[in-house]
Amino acid sequence: MKDRLIKIYHGFGLPRLIISVFLLALIIVAAGTDLSVPGLLSDSLVRIGQNGIYVLAMIPSIQAGAGLNFGLPVGVIAGMVGVLVSMENSLIGFGGFLVALLVAIPLGTIAGYLYSLLLNRVAGQEMMVGTYVGFSVVAGMCIFWLMAPFSNPALIWPVGGQGLRVTLTLADTFGGTLNNFLAFQIFGLTVPTGLLLFYALLAFLLWLFLRSKPGVAMEVVGRNPRFAVASGLNINSYRSVGIVLSTVLAAIGYVVYAQSFGFAQLYNGPLMTAFPAVAAVLIGGASTREAKVVNAIIGVILFQTLLTVAMPVTNQLVEGNISEIARVIVSNGMILYALTRVTGGEQA
Amino acid sequence: MSVPVLEMKAISKSFYGNQVLNNINLTVNKGEIHCLVGENGAGKSTLMNILFGMSVITDTGGYDGDILINGSSVAFNSPKAAIEAGIGMVHQEFMLLPGFTVTENIKLNREDTKPNVFSRVLGRKMETLNRKKMASDARNALDKLGMSIDEWVPVAGLPVGYLQFVEIAREIDKENLQLLVLDEPTAVLTESEAEQFLTVVQRLADSGISILFITHRLDEVMAVANQITILKDGELVRSGRTGEFTIAQMAELMVGRKVETSGRISSEKREKANTKVLEVRDLAVDMPGERLRGIDLDVYEGEILGIGGLAGHGKIALANGVMGLYTSRGQVRYQGIDVPLNNPREALNLGLAFVSEDRRGVGLVLEDSIANNIVLTSMQTQEKFLKPGPLKLKDQKQITAHALESIERFDIRCTGPEQIVRRLSGGNQQKVCIARAFTQNPKLLFVSEPTRGIDVGAKSRVLELIVELNRMGVTVVITSSELAELRSISDRIAIIYEGKLSGILAPDAPDVEYGLLMAGKSLEEVGIGERQTN
Amino acid sequence: MSHVKKFVARNAVPILFAIVCLLGVYYAKMPGQFLFMEIVKRMARNSFLVLSLIIPVVAGMGLNFGIVLGALAGQIALILSTHWEWAGIGGLALTALLATPMAVVFGMLAGTVLNKAKGREMITSMVMGFFANGIYQFVFLFLVGTVIPFENEALRISTSPGLRNTVNLSRIRGALDNIWTIQYGFTKIPIVTFLIIALLAIAIWAFFKTKLGQDFRAVGQDRHIAGVAGIQTDRNRVLAIVFSTVLAAWGQIIFLQNIGTLNTYNSHEQVGTFAIAALLIGGASVTRATIGQALMGTFLFHLLFVVSPSAGQAIFGSAQVGEYFRVFVAYGIIAISLALHAWRSKSLVKASMEEDVSA
Repeated sequence: MKDRLIKIYHGFGLPRLIISVFLLALIIVAAGTDLSVPGLLSDSLVRIGQNGIYVLAMIPSIQAGAGLNFGLPVGVIAGMVGVLVSMENSLIGFGGFLVALLVAIPLGTIAGYLYSLLLNRVAGQEMMVGTYVGFSVVAGMCIFWLMAPFSNPALIWPVGGQGLRVTLTLADTFGGTLNNFLAFQIFGLTVPTGLLLFYALLAFLLWLFLRSKPGVAMEVVGRNPRFAVASGLNINSYRSVGIVLSTVLAAIGYVVYAQSFGFAQLYNGPLMTAFPAVAAVLIGGASTREAKVVNAIIGVILFQTLLTVAMPVTNQLVEGNISEIARVIVSNGMILYALTRVTGGEQA
Repeated sequence: MSVPVLEMKAISKSFYGNQVLNNINLTVNKGEIHCLVGENGAGKSTLMNILFGMSVITDTGGYDGDILINGSSVAFNSPKAAIEAGIGMVHQEFMLLPGFTVTENIKLNREDTKPNVFSRVLGRKMETLNRKKMASDARNALDKLGMSIDEWVPVAGLPVGYLQFVEIAREIDKENLQLLVLDEPTAVLTESEAEQFLTVVQRLADSGISILFITHRLDEVMAVANQITILKDGELVRSGRTGEFTIAQMAELMVGRKVETSGRISSEKREKANTKVLEVRDLAVDMPGERLRGIDLDVYEGEILGIGGLAGHGKIALANGVMGLYTSRGQVRYQGIDVPLNNPREALNLGLAFVSEDRRGVGLVLEDSIANNIVLTSMQTQEKFLKPGPLKLKDQKQITAHALESIERFDIRCTGPEQIVRRLSGGNQQKVCIARAFTQNPKLLFVSEPTRGIDVGAKSRVLELIVELNRMGVTVVITSSELAELRSISDRIAIIYEGKLSGILAPDAPDVEYGLLMAGKSLEEVGIGERQTN
Repeated sequence: MSHVKKFVARNAVPILFAIVCLLGVYYAKMPGQFLFMEIVKRMARNSFLVLSLIIPVVAGMGLNFGIVLGALAGQIALILSTHWEWAGIGGLALTALLATPMAVVFGMLAGTVLNKAKGREMITSMVMGFFANGIYQFVFLFLVGTVIPFENEALRISTSPGLRNTVNLSRIRGALDNIWTIQYGFTKIPIVTFLIIALLAIAIWAFFKTKLGQDFRAVGQDRHIAGVAGIQTDRNRVLAIVFSTVLAAWGQIIFLQNIGTLNTYNSHEQVGTFAIAALLIGGASVTRATIGQALMGTFLFHLLFVVSPSAGQAIFGSAQVGEYFRVFVAYGIIAISLALHAWRSKSLVKASMEEDVSA
C-alpha cells in the first residue's frame, strides 16, 4: 500500500499536489464564508475556457523542441488584429467572431512562420529570445495601434481622431457570443457551453494532430534531433510546424479570450500573456522538453480555479486586490521551479 | 639502479562487476620514456584515471593494487593530490581557454601574485596578478620546449599543432613535475608536427622528466620509447625494453584473439557473389574524430563485410557517410544507382538501413516506447503503420502488434511494448535498434559497433541476429572495434588506417597481418606477402 | 583602411545608435542647454547600475536580469531609512550600508538558484526578477500594516494596508549630488556622484587584475576547464552575482536620491530592461562587456530616451510614438543581442569541431 502511495506521489508530482491541496482548502474555506461556491466555480469555468487555448499553444512548441513559447505575444497580436478588423466593421455575433478568426488564423500562420525562421537559428536559447521578441513585437505594435488606419468611432480616440484607444469593449459586437452559446444553469452553476465546447474541440484537434504522421515526426524532432535526421526528417521544417501551430493557437486563443472577457486591451495588454500560460502547462505536469495535451488541460483547470477561488477568499481575509500579485508569484514561482530542475540528459 | 619514479603494482579495477583492468604492473624510471600501447577499451585510460585520482575511479569503489612514487606508497583521491605529488597530465581533449593568452593558460589557477591594500584585509584572492613574473616563467617553459611562440598571444589564434605544446608548457612550469603523462598527443598533429613533438618529448626526458606516453602509432613508439607496455582487454600482454620488440610483434600482440568468442558463428566458407551491390569511390567523410580521406570499396551481394581498424581512424565514418549523417564527398552507387550524399532520406528510400554506433544518441528516442522506436523510421519513410485516409493517423493496433512480434522474435526483455526504452539494458536497447532496421525491410544494412557496452550473453545473440538477417538475403556491412567479433561472422574484413583503406583480409588470416594493417604497415613492407585489395 | 573597417565592425551597434540618436536630436530640435542638462542628470543617476552588470557577464552568467533584486534591496533600505528619518549624506551612506547585507543575501539566493539552471541563467534570472517583484509587492502592499505592524503617516495610510504609492525622499534627496556641484549654464553637474561612478569604474578595472578577477574570467570562458584546473566554479559564480546585486542596490539608491521620490511599486520595474539595453547599445554582448561600453551605452540610450518624444512629435505628429519607440528600441536591442549570442554559440561549436578534423 505504501509503495502504491509513493508511486502516485511521484507520478503526480509535488507541486501539483501542493496546489491541489491548497485549492481544496480554499474551496472549503470559501464554503465556510458567505461566498457562493457555485458562483466561484462558474467563474472558474469561464476562466478555464478563456485561457485554455493559450496553454494548449504551449504543447506544439515544447514537443517540437523549441521549449516553452515565451513569444506567445506574437500570436496574440495576430489575434488582436483579427478582432480589430471585425470590430472596425462593426460585425456582431457569430459573424463577428468568425471573421475575427478568419483574419487571425492566416496572420498567425505568417507571423508564426517568420518567428520560426528566427527560432530555428537560435536553437538552445529559444525561450530567452522568444521572450524579448515577444516584448519587442508588443512595443512595436504600440506604435502601430497609434497610427493604424482604423476609423470606427467606437475604436479610436475621440479627440484627434487618430489611433486606437487602450481598452475597447466588445459588448456591442461579439462579446460573450461563444460563452453564451448553449449555456445552461445547473445547481446555481452557469456553464459557458460554447466556450468549453470550442476549447474541447481545439484540444481534440491538437491531440489528433499529434497522432498523425507529421505530428509524430514533429515529436521525434523535438525529442532527439539526431535520430530524426537519421530517419530522414528535416529538423527545421518540423520545428517550424510546431511554432506555427503554437502561434496560430495563440491567435485563436486571443479571439476567444477577447470574446469571453468582453474587452480588448491594446498597447501593453498582451505583454505578459505568455507567463500564466507557461506556468499553467508546467503546473499540469509538463516540463521544458515534454508536454502532453492532458498536461495543458489539468494545468489550466488547477491554475485558473486556484486564482478564481483565491481572490474573493483572500479578499475576505486581507483587504485589497491580491489576485494579480498572487498570479505573479504563483506563475513565476512555478516557472522558476521548472527551470531549476535538471531533467534526464540535460547537464549543460 | 635508482628508485623508479613510478611503480604501479598489481592494479585491478572493475566497474560494477565488469573487470576492466586485471593485475597490471607498470614501472617508469627517471628520465625515461615509457610507451603504453593498446586498442581502445584495452584499459589505458582507466589506468591513467587511477593514477590521476579521477572521480570516475574514486566514486566507483576505487582500485586494487599499489602505486609508488619514488618508492613511497601513495593513493590519490583527486587530481589535485596527483598534481601535488608531481604528476602532470595532458589530456586528449584540449584544456585551454581560448580567450586567455598563452601565459595565462600556462599559469591557470597558479598565477603569481603580489599583495596589495585590499588583500591584506579581504584575503589572498584579492592579490594583484604579477604579470611580469608570469610572463617570464611562461617564457622559460616555452624555451625549454624550443617553442618560439610569443607568450602574450591569445590561444584562440594559435594553430592546432601548437596547442599541445602550450599544454605541456603548463605542466613543466609546475616546479615539482616528475612524471608527465601524455594521452594520444599526436592524434591531431600532422606528420611534421608530430616529428617536432617527439623531439621535444625526447628533450624533456633528457632533462630528467619521466614520460608516460600513450599512443597508437607504432612508428612513434619505436622512435622514442625506452620501455613499452602493451595492454589488451585489461590484461598486460607484454612489457619490456624497446629493443625486445618489432612493429610486427607489437601489432600482433595488440589484436590477439579473445578467449570468449573464439569460434566462428557461421562456419561455411561462402562463395563471393559476382554482383556488386554497393560501390564506393573516393569517399571522404567529415566526421569529427573519425575522418575518412577517400576510400574505394566494393560490397558484394549477400555478403557480410566487416570494417575494422583502430579507433579514430575512420571506420565508423563509412556507414555514417553513406547514410548522409555527416558531410561527405565522393561517389557511392547502390545497385548501379547513384546515391546522393548528405541526404539521409534518399539513402533510406533506396533501401539502405543503419544501426548506428551511437545507440543512445542517434539510434533511439530514449523517452519513447519500445513500440514507437521500432516503427518510427518505417512510418516516416515508407508510410507504414498508418491508417488509410488523408489524416495519416497512426495505426496503434498495427504498431502494437508489430512491436509484440518484434519483442518475441528478437527476444527483447521488457515489461511490454509501451515500456520506455531508456529503462532497458544495453543489450535490449540494441535489439530494439535492430528490430527497427529490420522493420524497414532493407536490402543492405550497415551495423556499427553492435555489441559495444553489452554483456557477454547478449553479445552472441546480437551477432546471431545479424547472421540470421543476412541469411534471409540482406547484405550486411558491419563495423566494429572488436576484431574477434568481425572475424566470427564476416566473409571479408577491410581495415581502415588513418582515413584510408589499408587492406582486405580473410577472416582466418593470421593475427600479425591484421595487426600490421591496423598499424598502417602494408604486408609487403614487412615482407609477409601480397596485399589483397578485393 | 582596414583599421577603420575593423573598428566599425567591432563597434557596429553603438555607431548605428549614434546615427539614430543624431537623427533624433536633429528632429527633436531641443535647446542644447536642456539636452545637456538632461544627459548629465541621467548619466549621473544611471551609470552605476549599468556598470553593475559587467561582472556577471565576464563571469559567464550572461546578462543579469536579476539586478532587480539588488534594486529591491536598495529600496527596502530607503523605506526603512525614511521611516527612521535618516538625513543628508550621512543618512544616505547609512542607507547604503543597511542595504548591503540584504543585497548580499538576495545575491546569494539568486546565485544559488542560477547554479541550478546552468545554461539557462538569463531566463532564470529574468523569471527570478519577476518572482522577487511579486513577493516585494505582496509584502509591501499587504503584509505591511497588517501582519507586520508599521505606523508612519508619511509612509502609509492607516486605514488601508500597505505602503503609500509614492514616498517622499526629501531628507536624502540630492544628498550625494549636491555635495559639490559645478554650474554650467542651466546645468548643475554633480561632481561627487561622477567621482563615485569613476571610482566604481576603476574598482572594476582593478578587480580584474586580481587573482579573483582572473578566476572569474576563467570560469566565464569555460566552466569545465576552469573546474579541472581547480577553480571553484560554483562558488565564484555565486560571488559574481552577489557583487552585482550589491552594486545594483547602491546604484538604485543613487538613482532614487536623484529623483527624490520613490514609486513604491514601480520604481524598479524597468531597472533590468533599461540597464541591460543600455549596456548592449554600448556594444557589449552576452559574453563580453567593458567599462567603456557600459558608459557609452548609458550615454546613447538616455540620449535616445530624451529626444524620442520630441522627435516623434516632429516626425509623426505624436510624442506618444516617440515614447513607444524608445521602449521598442530597448526590447529590440536585447532581442537582437540574445539572438546573435545564440547564433554565434552554435557556429562556434561547429567551428571547433571542424578544427579537430582539419588537423
